[in-house]
Amino acid sequence: MKTKFIAALAASTALLAPMAMAEEMANDMTLVSWGGAYQKSQVNAYSAPYMEMHPDVKVVWDESSNEAVAKLRAMNEAGNVTWDLVDVVAADAIRLCDEGLAMEIDPDKDLAAAPDGTSAADDFGDLLVSDCFIPQIVYSTTFGYRTDLVGDTPPDDICDVFDLEAYPGKRALEKRPINNMEWALLCDGVAKDEVYDVLATPEGQEKALAKLGTIKDNVIWWSAGADTPQLLADGEVVMGSTYNGRLFSVIEEQKQPVAMLWDAQVFDLDGWIIPAGLPADRLARVKDFLMFATDTQRLADQAKYISYGPARASSAPLVGQHADLGIEMAPHMPTDPNNAKNTFLYNYEFWADYRDDIDAKFQAWLAK
Amino acid sequence: MADTSSNDAFVEFERVQKSYDGETLVVKDLNLKMPKGEFLTMLGPSGSGKTTCLMMLAGFETATHGEIKLDGRPINNIPPHKRGIGMVFQNYALFPHMTINENLSFPLEVRKIGKSDREAKVKRALDMVEMGDFGGRRPAQLSGGQQQRIALARALVFEPELVLMDEPLGALDKQLREKMQFEITDLAHRLGITVVYVTHDQTEALTMSDRVAVFDDGRIQQIAPPDELYESPQNSFVAQFIGENNTLEGTVKELSENLALVELDDGEVIDCMPVNVNKVGDRTKVSIRPERVEFQKDRLQEGAHLLKATVKEFIYMGDVFRTRLSVAGNDDFIIKSRNAPDQVRLKPGEQIEIGWLPQDCRALDA
Amino acid sequence: MSDLKSTGPQTADAPTPEDALHEAAAYAAREQVHAPGGPADGPVLAADGTPLKRSLNRALRRQKMRALALIAPLLIFVLLTFIAPIADMLFRSVENQIVSETLPETVVALADWDSEAGAPPAEPVFAALYVDLFFAEAQKLHTRLGTRLNYEKTGVSSLFRKTGRRVGRFDTDTYTDQITALDPGWAEPATWVAMMQNNGNRAALPLTARAWDRWTAYLASEGDDPAKEDIEDVLFTTLYLDLVATGGSGAADARIAQAAAAVGGFETVTLSEQFAAADKDWLDPEVWGTIKAFAPNYTAGYFLNSVDMQKTPHGIEARPENQQIYMMLFKRTIFMSIMITLSCILLGYPVAWILANLPTRTANLLMILVLLPFWTSLLVRTSAWKVMLQQQGVINDTLVWLGIVADDSRLVMINNQFGTIVAMTHILLPFMILPLYSVMQTIQPTYLRAAKSLGATNWTAFWRVYFPQSVPGIGAGSILVFILSIGYYITPEIVGGTTGTFISNRIAYHISSSLNWGLAAALGSILLAVVMLLYWVYDKIVGIDNVKLG
Repeated sequence: MKTKFIAALAASTALLAPMAMAEEMANDMTLVSWGGAYQKSQVNAYSAPYMEMHPDVKVVWDESSNEAVAKLRAMNEAGNVTWDLVDVVAADAIRLCDEGLAMEIDPDKDLAAAPDGTSAADDFGDLLVSDCFIPQIVYSTTFGYRTDLVGDTPPDDICDVFDLEAYPGKRALEKRPINNMEWALLCDGVAKDEVYDVLATPEGQEKALAKLGTIKDNVIWWSAGADTPQLLADGEVVMGSTYNGRLFSVIEEQKQPVAMLWDAQVFDLDGWIIPAGLPADRLARVKDFLMFATDTQRLADQAKYISYGPARASSAPLVGQHADLGIEMAPHMPTDPNNAKNTFLYNYEFWADYRDDIDAKFQAWLAK
Repeated sequence: MADTSSNDAFVEFERVQKSYDGETLVVKDLNLKMPKGEFLTMLGPSGSGKTTCLMMLAGFETATHGEIKLDGRPINNIPPHKRGIGMVFQNYALFPHMTINENLSFPLEVRKIGKSDREAKVKRALDMVEMGDFGGRRPAQLSGGQQQRIALARALVFEPELVLMDEPLGALDKQLREKMQFEITDLAHRLGITVVYVTHDQTEALTMSDRVAVFDDGRIQQIAPPDELYESPQNSFVAQFIGENNTLEGTVKELSENLALVELDDGEVIDCMPVNVNKVGDRTKVSIRPERVEFQKDRLQEGAHLLKATVKEFIYMGDVFRTRLSVAGNDDFIIKSRNAPDQVRLKPGEQIEIGWLPQDCRALDA
Repeated sequence: MSDLKSTGPQTADAPTPEDALHEAAAYAAREQVHAPGGPADGPVLAADGTPLKRSLNRALRRQKMRALALIAPLLIFVLLTFIAPIADMLFRSVENQIVSETLPETVVALADWDSEAGAPPAEPVFAALYVDLFFAEAQKLHTRLGTRLNYEKTGVSSLFRKTGRRVGRFDTDTYTDQITALDPGWAEPATWVAMMQNNGNRAALPLTARAWDRWTAYLASEGDDPAKEDIEDVLFTTLYLDLVATGGSGAADARIAQAAAAVGGFETVTLSEQFAAADKDWLDPEVWGTIKAFAPNYTAGYFLNSVDMQKTPHGIEARPENQQIYMMLFKRTIFMSIMITLSCILLGYPVAWILANLPTRTANLLMILVLLPFWTSLLVRTSAWKVMLQQQGVINDTLVWLGIVADDSRLVMINNQFGTIVAMTHILLPFMILPLYSVMQTIQPTYLRAAKSLGATNWTAFWRVYFPQSVPGIGAGSILVFILSIGYYITPEIVGGTTGTFISNRIAYHISSSLNWGLAAALGSILLAVVMLLYWVYDKIVGIDNVKLG
C-alpha cells in the first residue's frame, strides 16, 4: 500500500509540475467547508499535504457551507466572489449549477485518473450527479438509538421509528420533508422503487404526512446536524436521525450508549464546486489543488479521520484505520456491505422539482 | 400671638432623635409644642435638621427615638396617608399627567367623597387661590407662581387641620415670593389652620410666622416670635443667622444682673447686656445690630462707652445708608442710618466715634 | 426620542441650529426696520447694497450647508446600509424580469394564446421557445428560469433542465441539410454576416434577424468571431420559418429568393413534437399558463404567496389549504411578540423600579447584571435555556427531585411556544428595563410622597400617580421589544420546535435554503408594513411623543 501511495504521489506531482509552470497561479486559496470534525478531516487529508508540497501557498478555511448557496448568490450579485472552492451537498451543487453560480467541470480533464488508469468519470461513476459537482464522500442520513432505553430488542428496522408501542419515547427528525417523507412511505407499505412515484402525487404526499402524523407528538424536530447527537447524549430522545459521521463520533469517540440503525439509510453526497467567474490565476490554483485533493489516495485518507465513504470506487480498498482511535474504519462506512443491506438512494432530480411544493405542505403540516 | 404656655399642644415633639446611618444624629433631642392655629417656621441652614423634622411629622421618615404627637395622639406608627396632614412640596409635586381639577380632586377621591361634593370643594379651593379658570389645564401649562397656588389649594382642599410646607416659595422670583408670603399667611389665618413652614430664608420666616424655630446642628437654637428672635437672640448663632449683625469678640470683665463689662481684644471696654455669659473671665461674642449703632454724640446716652472707628466704605442704598467701619480690629463692622434730610454722609477714611445703648449690645456665648 | 413637547427653559439651554435660524431671522427683522430706504420703497437693501433677502438667504444657506456637512457621514451611512437594502428588498418582491429576458420571443408569441382553452399553444410558440431556449441553454440561463418558475409550478425546474440538454439535439438539422444542399454558401458564416448587414434582408427575415443578433451578441460575450463560428441549426430553422412566412419578399440577396422558392417542398420538423419528445409536460397547458402568467416584468406573485394566495393561469386564488402557512405564521409571530412584550413588562417593571430607587452606586452595580446578557453570545444564552428547559434538563430534574412532577410525566417546556417566550423574554428583557429605568429615574419620589400626604394608600399612590408617569417608559420598551421580537429568528429556530417558530424563520429559509429571495423579500416587506402599521396605531392611540427613553 505504501508503494502505491508513493507512486500515486509521484504520478500526481509529475503531472502537476509542467502545469504549474505553464500557468500563473495565485498563492492564496479560500476553501469553504462545514467546520468541525469534517473540516478537520479535509485539512488533514487534503490541504496539509498540499501545503507541504507547495509551501508558498496559503490556504484559508471558511466555515460557511451551510449558507454557501445564499452567500454565493449574494457574492455573485455583488460581482465579488471571494471563495475558490466550496464544499456543498449534492442538492446544493445542483442548485448552484442551475443558477449558474458554479462552474462546470470536465471530470476527465480536471480530475486525476485512478491509479489503475480508470478515467475519473468512470471512477466516480454515477456519483457525478451534476456537471459542476466533484464528489468527495458518500454519507448517509440514518438513525441512532439509545441502547439503554430500547429494552431487550433493539430496533433493526426503519419502521421501528414509527412503532411507538415497542419503542416509546421521543424521536429526533430533521425539520424538512426530505428523507422523512421517504421513510414514512416505506413504512406505510410503499415499495422502495415506487416511493418517488407515489411522493410525486398529492395523495402520496398526504399519505406520507399521515404516517408521520402517527408519531408527530413524539418528535423533536432538528435543524442542525449537531442536535441529534446532543439529544441522544442527554437522553432527550430514544432515537434520532442524523448524518452517520456524527453518530460515529457519539458512539466511538464519546462512548455514549448509542448504536446505529442502518436500515433504510439514505445515501447522499458531499463534494466540491468551483464558483463561477474566478479570475484565471485563482482558477489555475484551484484546479491544481482539486486535481490533487480528489485523487484516489486523498479520498481514502480522509476516511482515516471521519466515517464517511470515499466517493471514488478506487479509494474503497485503501480505507484503513482511524488516525487516533486505531480502529478499522471500513465497518463504520455507510457503504460497508453489512451496513448497506438496505439502503435508499436520494433522488436529486425529484427533490429539485418538488422541494418547494412539498416543503410548503410539510411546514404547513408541522405548524398545525 | 399664639399661646405658648398651653398644655394641650396640637403638635408635639418629645425628645425626638433621628439618625440615618446609626452613627450621627441629624436631629438631636427635639422638643417642640405647637398650639392649634399657630404658624410656625422652622428656619436654619441646610443640613440643620429642619426638613427631617418636617418629614417625620408628615410620616415619610420615622423617628429613631422619641414621640411625635398630633392632637395628643402619638402618630409614630400611623402611615402618612392616614395622618390627614396637608403638605406643600418644594417643587410643588403636582401630578403632571393630571389636569388641575384632577390634581385637586385626587385627595377627595381617595377619601371617597361623592362627585358633586368633590366638584364643589375643588372649585372653592381654586377660587380661594384665585385660580378658578385654570381647572382644565395641566401643571406644565402654568407658571411657577400659578403652580405654587395650585399646590397650596391641593394641600388645603381636603381641609386638613395641619399643613406642612417645605420651602414652597424657593423657586419663585423675589417679587412673586413676597406676594405669596402674604397670601399664604393670610389664607392660613383666615382658615385657622396650623402651619409648619420650613425655609432657609430668614426674611420669609420673620414676615410670615407667629413663631420661628431656628435650627442648627440638629437642635432648635431658639424658638420665639420674630421680634423677640431679632431683638433678643439667645446665642451668637441666632444673632448671626437672623438679620444683619456685628460681632466683636472679648472677655467678660465684670458681670452683674443687668450689665456686663466686656474688654475687647484690642483693650477697649464696652457696656453690654449679659445674655449668655456665666462668669467673669468668659470669652464672649458681643452682638450689636447695625441700626442701633450711633455715631452722632447728641443721640447717645450720657456716659456711654465710645469706640474709635475708621470709615472704610459708604454705600448709598436708597432708604438707608450703609457704612462699613473698622472697629476694634473688625473691618466688617456695619452701621445703618436712615436716609433723612439731616443725616450725615460719612466719607471713607474719616475717623469717628461710635456708641450704643447698653441694652442693644448683647454679650453672648463665644 | 426625547419629549419634544415638554415646555420650559430646559429645552433652550443649548444653542441649536434652529436658534441660529431664529436669531438670523430676528436680526433680519431688525435690519429691515433700520435699512436705508425703509420698507416703503422697493426691496430692503443690506449695507453693501445687495437685497437684504438675498444676503439673508446666503447667510442661512451657509449655515444649512454646514449643518448638512455635519450630518453627511450619517446620511450616507444610513442611505447605503439601510435605505438602499430596503429599497432593494421592496424591488425584489415584485421584480420578475427573468421570464421576459430569458424567453423574449416566447413571451411575445404567447400573448395571443388563450390559457383557458385547455390546449397547448400552436407551433409558432414552440418555434419561439426553441429559439429562446437555444440561447438560454448556451448562456446557462434556462435552469435559473426553471428554478424561478418551479416556485409557481412544481416540475418546471427539471422540465427546463431536461429540455436544455435536448435542445441542441433537436431534429432541426433537417433544415440545415436541405438549405445547404440548395447552396453550399449557406454553410459559410461569412455569407450570413454579409446577409445580415442588409436591411432589406433583415426586413424579409425578421425572426432570423433577431436570432442572428442574439447569436452575435452571445459570441461576442464569449470572445468569439461570428464570421468564424459554424451556423447553428437554430438559425437555419428561423430562416426556414421566415421564408415560409414572408416568402422572402423584399430580400436583396438572390440566395434568399432561391431558398424561398424551394422551401415549399422541404421536409419539415414539428417543433412541438420535438419538445414533447424531450418532455411530455410541454403539452401541458398548465406549464404554458404559468409561463404566460409570469411573463410581465413585475408580478404580484410573491406577495400573493406571502398571504397564502397564488397566481395561476386562471387568475388569483387561495392556495390549497394544506399549503397555507404564512398568514398563520404572521398571526403567530404577532401573538407571540405581544406575549413576549407583556412578560417583559411584567418582569422588567419591578426590576427597573428597584434600580431607579436604589442609590446610584448600587443601581450601577445591579445594572451590570441587567446588561450581562448582552455580553454573552446569543447562541450560548439560547443553548443554556435548552439545558434548563429540556425534559432531562435542570428544571425538570429539580421538579422530579422535589417530587412535584412524576419522572414519567416531565414537563414539556421547550420546542414549543413556551420555550420561545421564556428564552426571548430573557434575551429582550434589557430592552424593556433600560428605557423603563431611565424614565423612572426622572419620576421624583416627591410625587409618591405628595400622593400619600393627600391620603392615598401605597397602592393608590403607585397606580394613580407613579404608574401613569412611567407609561412612556413602558411604551418605549414595548416598541423596542415588540419590533425586535417580531423579526427574531435564531432563538425561535433553536427552541421553538414547530409551534414556536416565527415568520422570520421562513424568511431565513427562503433566503438561505430555497433561494426564493423574491418571496423572502415579499414576506419581509409585509413584516415591515405590519411594524409600521402598528407604530402608526400606537402613535394614534398613545402618541409617539409619549415615548421616552429618558
